[in-house]
Amino acid sequence: MNAREEILARIAAAVPRPVQVEIPRDYRAAGGEGRGSADVLALLEDRLVDYRATVHRVGPDDVHSRITAVLTGAGIGTVVLPAGFPAPWSPTAVRVVADEPALTPGALAGLDGVLTTCRIAVAETGTIVLDGGQGQGRRALSLVPDFHLVVVRAEQVVASVPDAVAELDPVRAMTWISGPSATSDIELQRVEGVHGPRRLHVLLVFP
Amino acid sequence: MTAFLGMPARAPRGVGQLRGDLPFPAAAREALGNAQLRSNLGRATATIRAKRAAVVDEVPDWAGLRAAGAAIKDAVLADLGSHLIRLEEQVVAHGGRVHWARDANEANRIVTDLVRATGERDVVKVKSMTTQEIGLNEALAEAGISAWETDLAELIVQLADDRPSHILVPAIHRNRTEIRDIFRREMGRVGVPAPPHLSEDPHELAEAARLHLRARFLTARVAISGANFAVAETGTLAVVESEGNGRMCLTLPETLITVMGIEKVVPTWRDLEVYLQLLPRSSTGERMNPYTSMWTGVHPGDGPLEFHLVLLDNGRSATLADPHGRAALRCIRCSACLNVCPVYERVGGHAYGSVYPGPIGAVLSPQLTGAKDNPSLPFASSLCGACYDVCPVAIDIPTMLVHLRSEVVAASGPKPERAAMAGVSWVMRRPRLYTVALRLSRVARLFGRRGAIRRLPPPLSAWTRTRDLPLPPAETFRDWWVRTHGSP
Ligand code: SF4
Repeated sequence: MNAREEILARIAAAVPRPVQVEIPRDYRAAGGEGRGSADVLALLEDRLVDYRATVHRVGPDDVHSRITAVLTGAGIGTVVLPAGFPAPWSPTAVRVVADEPALTPGALAGLDGVLTTCRIAVAETGTIVLDGGQGQGRRALSLVPDFHLVVVRAEQVVASVPDAVAELDPVRAMTWISGPSATSDIELQRVEGVHGPRRLHVLLVFP
Repeated sequence: MTAFLGMPARAPRGVGQLRGDLPFPAAAREALGNAQLRSNLGRATATIRAKRAAVVDEVPDWAGLRAAGAAIKDAVLADLGSHLIRLEEQVVAHGGRVHWARDANEANRIVTDLVRATGERDVVKVKSMTTQEIGLNEALAEAGISAWETDLAELIVQLADDRPSHILVPAIHRNRTEIRDIFRREMGRVGVPAPPHLSEDPHELAEAARLHLRARFLTARVAISGANFAVAETGTLAVVESEGNGRMCLTLPETLITVMGIEKVVPTWRDLEVYLQLLPRSSTGERMNPYTSMWTGVHPGDGPLEFHLVLLDNGRSATLADPHGRAALRCIRCSACLNVCPVYERVGGHAYGSVYPGPIGAVLSPQLTGAKDNPSLPFASSLCGACYDVCPVAIDIPTMLVHLRSEVVAASGPKPERAAMAGVSWVMRRPRLYTVALRLSRVARLFGRRGAIRRLPPPLSAWTRTRDLPLPPAETFRDWWVRTHGSP
């Protein structure tokens, strides 16, 4: 008997009569109110600030200028821009690098920052989800550079984790980001920034 | 075939980290002598307890999530084979490969062969209790392969040639000065040295770790990880972490090998909506951990070109076979039960001998190895019930401990328990009260109905006010011991 067969046989012997277990779902399910509402946006901002991310609120007409201002203000000279990032938002006064052909990890490490959009955001937990879609890039892009500016549109912000799970496509490669990289491994004192971007800036675009 | 069906297959001896060199009471006594350890632990567990309580309290439907979290795992355990087969199909359909390992030795062999096939001599690792359980680093070292831990705490532990002492904060037993000294002394031996004049400021220490590991991440071609969850329905794997070392390992190398216990599977994608709420709040006391990575097989143009999933039994199917013990397999390794445990808080993780310390270790390790090999662990508890209260998947650890104590007595005779009982009462520093309490609980048996005690005399009444206590045996172990062996 090979290992697979033997493990399955052990399991079958351990529980000879598999049964269906009813799963109670007495918790707040997906479909909650408030997507993109002022309350939900305020909650997201509060959570992000609590994680020590920096939040910038901006109207739809000022996205481009604000992106440029945030990057220059943070001292970012070179930024990598994933494919599909909205062209009108592309920053000026900053050197923009494309990931085509794919940059090596070493090349990514030499860049100052990365600018992306996102797939969805969860207010209650202060979470921003990237799934590699347009403007988000492959996972390494938002990981190796030390500074990440992410643009979140108001209508992308949902209230809860179940709201986000219901909308996401599980077979895409995903990163859920809740604040900058952090560790509490030394005497449980929280320190921002170990391996992921040490500075996370979020541009919240209001309608 | 019938041979192994009659004999549950436990985790083998001589490999991995499920058994201590010393029985719990002896190890506990040693740990209690270490004042630094106790003060580090006391401060750390108090901090996490408070953080956890605050973020759990703000979730209005916590009880509902907890019930769902328990039921989903029970559903998996009730039909584990089908879920594993489904997971395998999905991982393979998305370009991954699946390997099955009966035990630690087989898993180590599989991973070693996979690494060998790449020709690499160095691999990066992201915190995985499972690979500690099976002693993977040691097995790789024997094959001439260096495994580099990348989690800050694991790095501290590895550089100090030490052992982890907490599920979530493995270096909880080290303070900042010790960590600075370890970095100064050891980093240069194996890679990028610590910056000169490194201070004990945690920011500087984290920065030193960042610099030390960056070169490794950027050049690593093979990574080994654990997994927090695997979704049978879609083949999706999930790893939750804080520092970004997980993302580095899961994203940059060409080959990714994930070693996962067979109990980590969940049925559907939707189920993650439950665990992604339960786990971070229970574990680090955060609303969400900084990073969660999810992947399904291989993603062309994004991340590893090759993905291997190793499904490990190593005593889990044997644990599953015990209807009174199998709920230990619900565990999502949040470590909340460690942080509230009065025994753990005093003795720390090392005393448990196993990679799984604290209350969950006391019920899981003896089941994985068989009670005979870990006879003192089920006694490493005062049965206060705090672990059950905080457990996000509602594992009734106290009841399970009582059950396992009877297993131990049945399996290996009385010798180790004498020491165990003495050790626990000594740890609790109230041997008389403990004895009296046990006696009272035996008296209380007279008042018990339907196999459970509804109310206990003080001081245990506070406990039974919120839960039922399983009926103690007519004669407590202690009384039995005194009767048959003289004084305890
Ligand atoms: S037993 Fe429960 S509380 Fe303890 S680590 Fe496992 S899930 Fe967490």
